[in-house]
Amino acid sequence: MWSVDLFANAIVAGLLLGGFYAAVSIGLAITFGQLDIVNIAHPAFVVVGSYTAYIINRHFGLDPVLIGVLFAPVFFLVGAAIYRVYYVSFERTGQESLSGLAFFFGLMFIIEVLLIMAYGVDYRLVTAGYIGQTINIGFVGIPFRMLVPFSVAAALTVGIYLYLSRTFTGRAILAVAQDRLALQLMGADPVRIKQFAFGLAIATTAIAGSLLIIIGPVEPSLGRQYIGRVFAIVVLGGMGSIPGMAIAALILGVVETMVGTFMGPSWSPAVSFSVLLLTLALRPSGLFGRK
Amino acid sequence: MIKRRSFMRASLASGVIALAAASGSLLSFAAQAAQPLKIGFSMALTGGLAGAGKAALIAMELWRDDVNKKGGLLGRPVEFVYYDDATNPATVPGIYTKLLNVDKVDLVVSSYGTNEIAPAMPIVMRNKLVFPSLFGLAVNDEFHYDRYFQIMPAGPEPKLDWSRGFFELAAEQKPKPTTVAIVAADAEFPLAAAAGARKNAQAKGFKIVYDKTYPPSTTDYTPIVRAIQATNPDIVYVASYPPDSVGMVKAAHEVGLKAKMFGGGMVGLQYAAFQKNLGPLLDNIVNYDFWAPEPTLNFPGINEFLKRYQEAAKGKGVDPLGHYLPPYAYAYLQVLEQSVDAVKSLDQAKLAAYMHKTTFKTVVGDVKFGKNGEWETSRVLMVQFRDVQPDNLEQFAGPGKRIVVYPKEWKSGDIVYPYKK
Repeated sequence: MWSVDLFANAIVAGLLLGGFYAAVSIGLAITFGQLDIVNIAHPAFVVVGSYTAYIINRHFGLDPVLIGVLFAPVFFLVGAAIYRVYYVSFERTGQESLSGLAFFFGLMFIIEVLLIMAYGVDYRLVTAGYIGQTINIGFVGIPFRMLVPFSVAAALTVGIYLYLSRTFTGRAILAVAQDRLALQLMGADPVRIKQFAFGLAIATTAIAGSLLIIIGPVEPSLGRQYIGRVFAIVVLGGMGSIPGMAIAALILGVVETMVGTFMGPSWSPAVSFSVLLLTLALRPSGLFGRK
Repeated sequence: MIKRRSFMRASLASGVIALAAASGSLLSFAAQAAQPLKIGFSMALTGGLAGAGKAALIAMELWRDDVNKKGGLLGRPVEFVYYDDATNPATVPGIYTKLLNVDKVDLVVSSYGTNEIAPAMPIVMRNKLVFPSLFGLAVNDEFHYDRYFQIMPAGPEPKLDWSRGFFELAAEQKPKPTTVAIVAADAEFPLAAAAGARKNAQAKGFKIVYDKTYPPSTTDYTPIVRAIQATNPDIVYVASYPPDSVGMVKAAHEVGLKAKMFGGGMVGLQYAAFQKNLGPLLDNIVNYDFWAPEPTLNFPGINEFLKRYQEAAKGKGVDPLGHYLPPYAYAYLQVLEQSVDAVKSLDQAKLAAYMHKTTFKTVVGDVKFGKNGEWETSRVLMVQFRDVQPDNLEQFAGPGKRIVVYPKEWKSGDIVYPYKK
């Protein structure tokens, strides 16, 4: 069954899939990787992003990606508000480890139930002119349904990376993860910085959600399928490293696709997570993690 | 005199006691007559199968209202006691234990779907209850329970009957296709359907060139379809759940799948929301179904039922047309209703005996159960999508879009072959 065109298509499909995984994981790389907040509800926020895209797309016919970008500020504010509740209830009193995890677990269920109550349990899809179209470059076929999420994810990843590495607030976010006290001595408020960072992470879910619903149908509990995958990507990437997260996502995407094509798709999760375990055995801090 | 007085007193006392006893039994009879007849079940109201589960519940509630308007069952108003099983099979045994031991329901029926029905079976069997069940594929193959009655028309050999039509249709084409690819989700129903497809393919002399499963959490299906394409099969049989079905159809279009027949066991293509979204991508796909608004399937009461369902389903986020599951959710309770009415008791042995011997008149047509509790004769339809317009839900409400191409007795048109020219 092996052929050059099948191999090339599998690599390209893997990269496209990995790009999408990066978009879903980037927010978690900030919250879990940099802020040490185990936001298990992150994929649930992505699903909220999908529903936002669905509702606006259905009523106004806007492009799902545009909807994601337009609603990112709203998600930012929601994220900032959630962090404030989390901080006051748990972090300030030092109960963030277990109680905080329970808080986000509960939040995930609340989001699911609210979505069910508001929009029911049926699968939701969006329409866009490019969904279903394919561009052929030589013998490689690239479906726009995957190319658009990949391109948006690439732009989002580069944008977040530049923001974190080039701006004062971005550097402060990186600093708060490393040395909270030093940041305070520099005159910055660590709580405000973390609140901003958490808002930023949730803002990315508006865009990731719009990409998710471009790829396939969405229902309220779909986020659960992504919990393991996104945490694995963040850990593999090196807990908080944006380039590491992106490369880990691409590796996972390519491995999944290659295995799916040449060995059988049912082997994909096992092989992908074996890669994760192997990498962590060799590099316990992840691909780009600090030792 | 004293004796006479004593006798009169004794007579009076016994009369009062007798009257009291009589009125007591009358009161107790009246109390029982007014006591609701409770039907218990679990249902997938959240989780992956909730879309179908909620639609089924709407249909069941329509039946309950209809029965209560007619005076209930055995003169008692019917009441439902149900719990959300969250599409999680692990919750089902606990729910049925509670229904029977705490809620003290009079009758039970099943949740929706193979994975939710099977876990209830041991409890139902221990209590020797009749168990009308809703869309379980070959559940009773393992249990051999003589009080199990399954409403999905999958026939006496459900695993085989599910895909028999697909392969019989393929075998009739000229020139006869020779190779087949079988792909299925790693879940109970698709695996059972794929096992049946494998046997049917071999029985018809097809060579299986691709036979693999995929995890239900798969995001992108194009690599799978490309791998199938690389084996160059004449026909492709897919056993999938709703989100995967959408992924497969889109991927087949994007990759340009060159198979001559494509479809088979894809759950989800029966739902109006998916039909609307996929639009012309569905054209010429041949897939199983249990009902379509074709003139050959115009059973008494079905259109009136669908009209009421569609009204009740508005704004509830469930399948707006309800062609797939709701009529059968109504029908499995019609079977129970007709049985209780006929035997005039809740005696489970009598109910089971009646269900075995009777042909029931329901909104999905005549239903006759075989020995294993499945339909005596299969009515798994193969329908082919035709001339589907983009983004148009209403087109699926009427005939002409899902042509019944198998079996002959319900056929409303001929197959268009090959799938892609």
